Amino acid sequence: MLKFFFSNQLYLGLAQAFITALVATLVVLLARKRGIHLESETLIAMLRGIVQIVAVGSILLLLLSAPRWTSGLLLAAMMIAAGSISGRRAKGIPDAFRVSAFSIAFGAGSVIALMTWLGVIDTAITSLVPVGSMLIANSMNTNGLALNRFRADVLAHVGEIETALALGAEARNSVAPYVQASFEASLIPAIDSLRSLGIVWIPGLMAGMLLSGARPVYAAIYQFVVLAMIFAASGLTSLVSTLLIRDRIFTPAQQLSLQPGR
Amino acid sequence: MNDQNIVEIRVTSPPTSDPILRTEHLGRVVKDKILVEDATFEVRTSEVLAIVGPSGSGKSSLLRLLNRLDEPTSGTVYVEGTDYRQITPRDLRRKLGMVNQRPFLFPGTVEQNLQFGPQQRGESLPPDAIEQLLTRVGLIGYASRNVANLSGGEAQRVSVARTLANSPLVLLLDEPTSALDEASKLEVESSIQRIVHDQGMTCVLVTHDTAQAARLSEQALLLEGGRIVRAGPIQEVLHA
Repeated sequence: MLKFFFSNQLYLGLAQAFITALVATLVVLLARKRGIHLESETLIAMLRGIVQIVAVGSILLLLLSAPRWTSGLLLAAMMIAAGSISGRRAKGIPDAFRVSAFSIAFGAGSVIALMTWLGVIDTAITSLVPVGSMLIANSMNTNGLALNRFRADVLAHVGEIETALALGAEARNSVAPYVQASFEASLIPAIDSLRSLGIVWIPGLMAGMLLSGARPVYAAIYQFVVLAMIFAASGLTSLVSTLLIRDRIFTPAQQLSLQPGR
Repeated sequence: MNDQNIVEIRVTSPPTSDPILRTEHLGRVVKDKILVEDATFEVRTSEVLAIVGPSGSGKSSLLRLLNRLDEPTSGTVYVEGTDYRQITPRDLRRKLGMVNQRPFLFPGTVEQNLQFGPQQRGESLPPDAIEQLLTRVGLIGYASRNVANLSGGEAQRVSVARTLANSPLVLLLDEPTSALDEASKLEVESSIQRIVHDQGMTCVLVTHDTAQAARLSEQALLLEGGRIVRAGPIQEVLHA
């Protein structure tokens, strides 16, 4: 219906963005009726999202004629931003930003590097940056979930952890069950995405490839390739971040520093 | 406290007599709030010392400092004459075994809980040692029971046995019966009585229950606002 009113693609896009933001706002209002207040957080997230994605689209437009190495810079900047955003999920844990940025750089970075070297990801900026950003974004989400779950589990099990310490356990052994639980929980979305691929959803990349005229079978296979890369990058990120963060919640004398109300 | 602080601590000579545990000007201040201030006392072998005082007086905070679950901001603790910062935290906590107000048993069987401490140093208790520990707390034949099916009093006694499995020098008891009903409280108290009186275990007992302190201990400290305001034989402290 919108196409009837807007012939210009830019205006059409803005109208589509407005409509979807409206629907999202309705959901927020429904949540508010149930006493769940997401208004300011959602509004800020939506405004940030639209401004950021338009900015990146503009940068990509400029980069089309830039040398290929610039995509490396762009991806590195994305990793740092991703580390900063997901690190906030570990409130009260020292070094959360550094742990997050390093884990995302290690997880997503190594998969991007390996796949680019093997030729799975094309080195063209228009391919490397969007696919790389997908891996970074998913690693960021996984990292945020892992840190959030780990922090919540530790705060809910202070008694058990200190009991283990008091019985002579190594600090890292005392939180081992929570490291494992947060790793497993963080990978649930990535595993479910792979499991439901094609049955529950046709991902955006495949839809885009089909719209731009690619052969459906190749589009489908490449979508699986991307999801498998996302799983690998996310898994590696979560593995590294949960291992690194567990040592950050203890003092050198093996005292639990992450405590409720401290 | 960082590594540098740990290294820089000077070890003073052990006293001529042999208290198993001695604190010197022990204190902890967090965000300008005094939790424990200038606590100096000693505990001798086979002695039971009760730490009594009203809620919020710093009893549990003091016990956590002894076990080094929290770091003192002043003073130190000597274990058998050695500054406890010279002992690795794991060894220290094995020597000064702690039992909390709530048992916090790990999922699994009673035996698995009793094996937890020894397993942390790569050891395993033989079945007769497990039975011996359970006998000490009056739970003969409980080894294969799932901890999920234990009563509050049984769980607390398993918690005591689990701490004893590390063969501690001193048992630190933090309000061990305050979360229990009257019947369970008596079960746990009689187990503690057996361990401290019949078996001669050195013990520091934190309790707000002065009658319990009088039944179990010979010496006492009265804490108020984080400071020791009275110390000496239990009857003198309680009835001064």
